[in-house]
Amino acid sequence: MKYRWLILALIVVAIALPWCFYDWTHHRQAGFLISMLSQMGMMVILALSYNMLLGQAGLFSLCHATFFGMGGYATIHFLNGAGDGTLPVPMELMPLLAGLSGLGVAILFGSMATKQRATAFAMITLGIGELMATSALMFHHFFGGEGGVTTNRMIDNSLFGLSYASGLQVYYLILAWTVIAAALMYFLTLTPLGRMANATRDNFERAQFIGYDPRMVRFMQFALSGFFAGIGGGLYAITYEIVTYDALASSLSANALLMAYIGGTTVFGGPILGAILITLLQSGVSLLSNSWLVYVGVMFISMVIFAPTGLAGIIKTHGPIRQAGRLRLLVVPYLRLTIPSLGVLLGFVGLVELMSFLTIGAAQGKKLVLFGGPVDVHAALPWAISGICLLVGGVWLRFEAAGFHRVWESLSAEVRR
Amino acid sequence: MTALSLRDVRKSFGPTEIIRGITLDIAAGERHCIIGPNGAGKTTCFNLISGRFPITSGEILLNGERIDTLPPHKINRKGLSRSFQITSIFHRMSVFENLRCALLWSRGYRYSFWSPLWRQKGLNEAAEALLEELNLASRRDVLAGLLSYAEQRALEIGMTIAGGASVVLLDEPTAGMSNTETDYAMTLIRRVTEGKTLLMVEHDMKVVFDLADAITVMVYGQVIASGPPAAVRANRAVQEAYLGALEG
Repeated sequence: MKYRWLILALIVVAIALPWCFYDWTHHRQAGFLISMLSQMGMMVILALSYNMLLGQAGLFSLCHATFFGMGGYATIHFLNGAGDGTLPVPMELMPLLAGLSGLGVAILFGSMATKQRATAFAMITLGIGELMATSALMFHHFFGGEGGVTTNRMIDNSLFGLSYASGLQVYYLILAWTVIAAALMYFLTLTPLGRMANATRDNFERAQFIGYDPRMVRFMQFALSGFFAGIGGGLYAITYEIVTYDALASSLSANALLMAYIGGTTVFGGPILGAILITLLQSGVSLLSNSWLVYVGVMFISMVIFAPTGLAGIIKTHGPIRQAGRLRLLVVPYLRLTIPSLGVLLGFVGLVELMSFLTIGAAQGKKLVLFGGPVDVHAALPWAISGICLLVGGVWLRFEAAGFHRVWESLSAEVRR
Repeated sequence: MTALSLRDVRKSFGPTEIIRGITLDIAAGERHCIIGPNGAGKTTCFNLISGRFPITSGEILLNGERIDTLPPHKINRKGLSRSFQITSIFHRMSVFENLRCALLWSRGYRYSFWSPLWRQKGLNEAAEALLEELNLASRRDVLAGLLSYAEQRALEIGMTIAGGASVVLLDEPTAGMSNTETDYAMTLIRRVTEGKTLLMVEHDMKVVFDLADAITVMVYGQVIASGPPAAVRANRAVQEAYLGALEG
């Protein structure tokens, strides 16, 4: 395990972080931080399980939230059962039941979808996602309609005698399950099934001629990824004590795709990176700006065009150069890239925010405040500054990018030798 | 003992009949080459035997058992393995992983998601041994897609024989190779198919007459001659249709 220390550090940080922001004077937990970290845990599971399909098996699924959501809905009913004593299962094992629910649904839908390949597969999963989202609004007994279903997580049944009254206890439950699920998913990549999933991704046809039925490989991979997504959904239900249509809607499926892709599908840990980043944007930037989704969208498109291997892929390509001890030669080129990039970013964000405040902001009665002073969105100056930043930055960036490319090429050629 | 047997096999794509009734018996342990001009249906024939395409009519028997209705993976499990004319490997996986994957089914791992590969001593040793045999040990951890063409062809042959199939079909294994590479590839093929039944499509006549115990000549989806090399060489129809023009 090359990354043992990195993983250990990540877990330690995740355990310690709530206490770093603990309000000792009032003895109060950092509620915002804990709910953000909890969200991250669920999203890490969702993104990793999605990458079992996209990155590892080459399956472009559009219904991953279905299994997350079904895990969530089922858990609400399990918790209600546990609450009135008909289901004597401790809280710590609820996510396992949620996973099994996800697995059941994934077996059902996977048996239809994985018979097909490529575009047909994507189409079927799109249909499944829409079907389930519609069902969630139609079948009130199980899904509760628009209002969703609710529960009370204080079921008074815990292996460790915990009440799960506080968000912190729930967060540690989430953390534990995130680590378990991630470890299991990593283990899967080292088994015959995991390797054959890679093989069918690379060459569907060849897999048949070494004795494997590639459809069976995909089906099993699909079902198992549904299991893990279900665990994520179970943790969602435990955290929020309510599950609505949002938990299986197509926007969450799209989110799973975004997190996995932006983080990097070619490296196991990539989706973890993506999940953390997107959740940070979601909870951090969304407080500052109405337009945070625009930024995520633009980031996604830029990644697809300029860095299809995602963040983890970018980091990974530096490996050989780092091993050769030449990484410091890249510092100056990177700095030269940063300056025009900031210009582009500033200009783009400026224009988007001005536009947003002209319409939505005005409707909400908000004023754009920058550097302590209000900005008049009807004046020409802020528009002009933003526009110039974007244009000049863009032209400059193109120029610098070409220079960076030359340095990069010569360095990697040198390292290869 | 007949290892592979084709009985009046026909194949039509739409209204066009591409394979027009092939009957052929290949004895166990025989090295059998199929030759013929481009478009004669040699590769199509391979695709039919290996189950890549369904046949239109006729029968294909492997060790006396019908296989023409089975999907490719089941035919493979019965002991028939094939390579491809256009290299077909897992290009984003390492050379070692390619070979290990090719070994998995025959060693009974099936779709296991509970046995960690790093602990399968026998499997890993077999993959390493195969790596040595193919002379690819120094390229063990390179992505298969980054190998040179000749190396990829060697890997392709390795993946084809890895599962221990008793009948091996090789589709132009030396196509596009230099003379040295061809010699090397043929030595490799001889070695790894020792004791197996080999059916091979090949264009290089030197290779064919060096290697084959029997030769079948196909023209326009039909067999015009089949037998020991000397008999085929002497066959007038073959000389007219094919060999004469080539050997000039």
